[in-house]
Amino acid sequence: MKYQTRKKALILLADGTIFHGKAVGGKEGTSFGEVCFNTGMTGYQEIFTDPSYFGQLMVTTNAHIGNYGINNDEIESDSIKISGLICRNFSYHYSRDLADDSLESFINKNDLLAISDVDTRALVNYIRDNGAMNAVISTDVDNIEGLKKQLADIPDMNGLELASKVSTKEPYFFGDENASYKISALDIGIKKNILRNLAERDCYIKVFPFDAPFADLKSFNPDGYFLSNGPGDPEPLTEAIETTKEILKTSSPLFGICLGHQVLALANGISTYKMHHGHRGINHPVMNLLTGKGEITSQNHGFAINREEAEAHENVEITHVHLNDHTAAGIRLKDKPVFSVQYHPEASPGPHDASYLFDQFVENVKKAKK
Amino acid sequence: MPKNTALKSILIIGSGPIVIGQACEFDYSGSQALRSLREDGIETVLINSNPATIMTDPSMADHIYLLPLTTKSIVQILKEHPQIDAVLPTMGGQTALNLAIEADEKGIWKDFGVELIGVDIDAINVTEDREKFRLLMDEIGVAMAPQATATSYLEGKEIAQEYGFPLVIRSSYTLGGAGAAIVYKEEDFDELLRHGLEVSPIHEVMIDKAMMGWKEYELELLRDRNDNVVIICAIENMDPMGIHTGDSITVAPAMTLSDRTYQRMRDMAIHMMRSIGDFAGGCNVQFAVSPDEKEDIIAIEINPRVSRSSALASKATGYPIAKIASKLAIGYHLDELENQITKSTSALFEPTLDYVIVKIPRWNFDKFEGSDRTLGLQMKSVGEVMGIGRSFQEALHKATQSLEIKRNGLGADGKSYTDYEQILDKLKNASWDRVFVIYDAIQMGIPLSRIHEITKIDMWFLRQYEELYALEKEISSFTLDTLPRELLLEAKQKGYGDRQIAHMLKCLESQVYKKREELNIQRVYKLVDTCAAEFAAQTPYYYSTFENNMELADGASYAENDSVVTDKKKIIVLGSGPNRIGQGIEFDYCCVHGVLAASEVGYETIMINCNPETVSTDFDVADKLYFEPVFWEHIYDIIRHEKPEGVIVQLGGQTALKLAEKLERYGVKILGTSFEALDLAEDRGSFSTILKELNIPYPEFGVAETTEEALALADTLDFPLLIRPSYVLGGQGMKIVINKKELEEHVVDLLRKIPNNKLLLDHYLDGAIEAEADAICDGEDVYIIGIMEHIEPCGIHSGDSNATLPPFNLGEFVMQQIKDHTKKIALALNTVGLINIQFAIKDDKVYIIEANPRASRTVPFIAKAYGEPYVNYATKVMLGHSKVKDFDFKPHLDGYAIKQPVFSFNKFPNVNKQLGPEMKSTGESILFIDSLKDDQFYDLYSRRKMYLSK
Repeated sequence: MKYQTRKKALILLADGTIFHGKAVGGKEGTSFGEVCFNTGMTGYQEIFTDPSYFGQLMVTTNAHIGNYGINNDEIESDSIKISGLICRNFSYHYSRDLADDSLESFINKNDLLAISDVDTRALVNYIRDNGAMNAVISTDVDNIEGLKKQLADIPDMNGLELASKVSTKEPYFFGDENASYKISALDIGIKKNILRNLAERDCYIKVFPFDAPFADLKSFNPDGYFLSNGPGDPEPLTEAIETTKEILKTSSPLFGICLGHQVLALANGISTYKMHHGHRGINHPVMNLLTGKGEITSQNHGFAINREEAEAHENVEITHVHLNDHTAAGIRLKDKPVFSVQYHPEASPGPHDASYLFDQFVENVKKAKK
Repeated sequence: MPKNTALKSILIIGSGPIVIGQACEFDYSGSQALRSLREDGIETVLINSNPATIMTDPSMADHIYLLPLTTKSIVQILKEHPQIDAVLPTMGGQTALNLAIEADEKGIWKDFGVELIGVDIDAINVTEDREKFRLLMDEIGVAMAPQATATSYLEGKEIAQEYGFPLVIRSSYTLGGAGAAIVYKEEDFDELLRHGLEVSPIHEVMIDKAMMGWKEYELELLRDRNDNVVIICAIENMDPMGIHTGDSITVAPAMTLSDRTYQRMRDMAIHMMRSIGDFAGGCNVQFAVSPDEKEDIIAIEINPRVSRSSALASKATGYPIAKIASKLAIGYHLDELENQITKSTSALFEPTLDYVIVKIPRWNFDKFEGSDRTLGLQMKSVGEVMGIGRSFQEALHKATQSLEIKRNGLGADGKSYTDYEQILDKLKNASWDRVFVIYDAIQMGIPLSRIHEITKIDMWFLRQYEELYALEKEISSFTLDTLPRELLLEAKQKGYGDRQIAHMLKCLESQVYKKREELNIQRVYKLVDTCAAEFAAQTPYYYSTFENNMELADGASYAENDSVVTDKKKIIVLGSGPNRIGQGIEFDYCCVHGVLAASEVGYETIMINCNPETVSTDFDVADKLYFEPVFWEHIYDIIRHEKPEGVIVQLGGQTALKLAEKLERYGVKILGTSFEALDLAEDRGSFSTILKELNIPYPEFGVAETTEEALALADTLDFPLLIRPSYVLGGQGMKIVINKKELEEHVVDLLRKIPNNKLLLDHYLDGAIEAEADAICDGEDVYIIGIMEHIEPCGIHSGDSNATLPPFNLGEFVMQQIKDHTKKIALALNTVGLINIQFAIKDDKVYIIEANPRASRTVPFIAKAYGEPYVNYATKVMLGHSKVKDFDFKPHLDGYAIKQPVFSFNKFPNVNKQLGPEMKSTGESILFIDSLKDDQFYDLYSRRKMYLSK
């Protein structure tokens, strides 16, 4: 092994703050997005390919990234969805028999710009105190003024509709067509592991594009409906909100995750808001108010539903709360087999504590079918 | 459910004397438990026979019993305190658990209406009885290595026939892997099987197929009454299966586990903990993972109690496991407790790290001449260090710098092995130098694939080593003047010490330091906060690193530092580093009391230490904790950052004391006794001049640097002679010789082992009685806190001697000499603080053997025996806050207190157990007797006669 010199790179935040680092590999370029951080110590591959992270510059707080390479099965979508990676130590060498590739080669294939050797802790401290904001990462370190100008043109995440960018263009099927239950899933940025979890529970799923009208979803003649996770602000998702309202009229079982949870809230007249810097990690404590048990959950969201409005709603019950900041983490409708959670029971990455929610959904589907 | 209000008084069982496999981590957990229960208004009663612990301090519990850990003592306590509602036996290691089981079997808990909390006996039985455990795992579908139990020699042979070799033998109900062995060859099997059956109290062994080379992991769990379970930490052993986890280099978080495999392991751990029984508290689970495509996970063992690893996990994450486990034991649910670091979020969560920790064990094979130095299934280390860094490489370097074995880190210090065969052999047979040999092998050009093939260490770790070596080579191609800033910063980020960089650039350490200053490459301090900065943290627990700069919009450019310096007056206490024979928990006791005393008199206190087992590295102890190597460069940078009024070096044993000279040279104020006086006592020549002036007798001595000189000296000094190197600890290399042949042999040996050392030759006072005194001096007045008489004669190291407080047969005349000498010497050395003086008494004449103007091993013992806070007093004297005459000394002791050394020889079956001038004990216990007629004293005293007759 020979010592390798790496090019300089930096991250420039919208407020003018700069953090210095080095470019990963030989890649040069510039990439924009909203900067956010994820505190997971495992699961970088799942995070990078999670459509919910579309358009985000991802700061990984774990000291090392890339140690166990890339495995072609451990992906949440077909490509990398983050717009840039910022880390402390990038592992150019990996070790895992099961790996298909190195992380370096994977990000090169996906044309992702990554920078390492950044004081990610200082960056996280900064985001924590000043809130999530747009930023740019670049190897063009002598062109700060130019980068600032370009950065000013990047739209704000608040009010930004992104589901259309990651949703499937055409409907597709997942699972065994002879399975007992049929589910229509609205893809506003769906993670593969959600589909795997449903398929494992004897479901055959048809996945629809983000703007599919209710009639399309219904035409599959499903036993239940699913609203997926996804990126961006839920408010501009007018088609999805409309479709959800239609689903609710049928009283069919419905399960929503993350962005889907926010869409369900909006369909019930509960507003959403952009959080200061969101929840992203795999150690988030949630209390299930129905059972009194805690669960450690995988989370990834920058928006949340208005808790007061949910509490005041006569047909909505808050079922889960986040134990750290007491935001609403789950709701259900009192008169229908409809529920949703702000976090990720499909994990991947993260703990499996909440996988019972899929069981509950399938149980609802089973009951409704009888 | 909030806490169980029926529990008003709780008994905690300590772990007794320090032995290999059960060290001061249980003082840490026990102290936390006591504090945690007290916070809830619960009365605490403690039993522990180890006087050198913080937990046995009067301030720690409501009632403290320094009694032998026996059911007889338990009954005595329960009779005296019928109000005790429950017993918490999970804080004192296997010793406490075993005692709790014994008491349970005898029906003692039932008789006194005492509830067992934090564990259930069935759970212990399941986990300790390997056969029951195997059946349970089978039932819940958790895979294990193919294995079977044998309760007889014949059964064992049959199992071996079935599995083939290599095999692992593990004894049931033992500690630190006692009786465990890997059997590679059939011819070794008989003896190892017999040994395994013998050491098991129920004569049962488990025979496993050896999963050599499988990757090894540990998970630390907490569970509450509501069955919520969280994983506090996942620890990866860099050394794969085959080396006891206590002897392994371990890393957190896990470095080479994918999320998928980790989550499977997490699920299994939770399932296992729930299956073994219904209890609230801590639990440790060990797994092995196949290094191939299958990534099979098998369970190795589960410990339903706070363990050595949970102490490490607490320090690694900032999540105080013992403290929270105690709360869970009294009924709290995790979601009802707050995160102790952020103080704003929930305790029901899983810590996340934005740094890496590396633990390296510290061995003391030099104390066990003839011992098998190869690492295996039986733990042999006596202590450990932890390094924290922003990368594995930095943490690894900091851990090696913490070991205090005269290494500056990996490579670049001219101490590498360079013999190909030797390196290969050392790769095959891992020993204390494992961590260095890998670097040396890479340096030598041995391919990584070959190193991996031999050691089975994951390639990721080996690549990290390789990167380090590539960097060393790159830097070595520059000079101090041509070295670019980038490269110097990278070297510092990867943990290289200035000394190592100086070695690469062929310049001085101070020049590298200066260059760093010029280029503005400064250490910054980051917080251990359980949450990777997601939340603001309130707890001042820091480690150092180097970072790239950030620039604010207004142009300010700097590397961010989490450690904000206050304008309060402050002092630093230097810790004692890793536990080792001769320097153990006693010094941690002293450091903690030093910190508390300084805090009492209004100082902000700063603790520096690198031993994860200790109370001093509990972030609740000092106002600021820097978990850093007690290594010059790190200390000096902290001093420069914090600008304290001074540094206390006399509480942290030889480790801290050794840094005094350099502190003095760099103009840092040493609080208490000055460096000059410390040095004076250490230098035999100058010290004997003082003794001569004071008219105090000492054994005739001389100094030799060659064998020739030593032989010449022997003619004037007369045999027997005591030979020792200077500046050593615990009598390392000390020996008594009776003729020139032995003298020559030993001197040659010593000069080979420790080159360029001055050897001291004392005329050995044959058959003399040994005694020692500890005193506090403020430069004007001297107060003797205690005089102890050794039961064994002179020649047995004071640490290995049984000793009584006060002396049992020294006459008034001798006592007066001891007192006079102590006072004269303390004053002559301008002692400000503590001093320990050792005496030899022959024919009613008191000779001085040595004087140490610092806290000694016996100070905690005397403090406990007399019930007086001597370290507190001494610290206030050092700080100039109090004079000796300000204190109202009221020692109280009925009868005598006997200090009894405890040995760990069972870990080293082939070692000569004979005692001598070199210390071999790992711990001590205290025994109170009413009078000299006590049988136990009689037994000890008869041993003295045996020594004298030799």
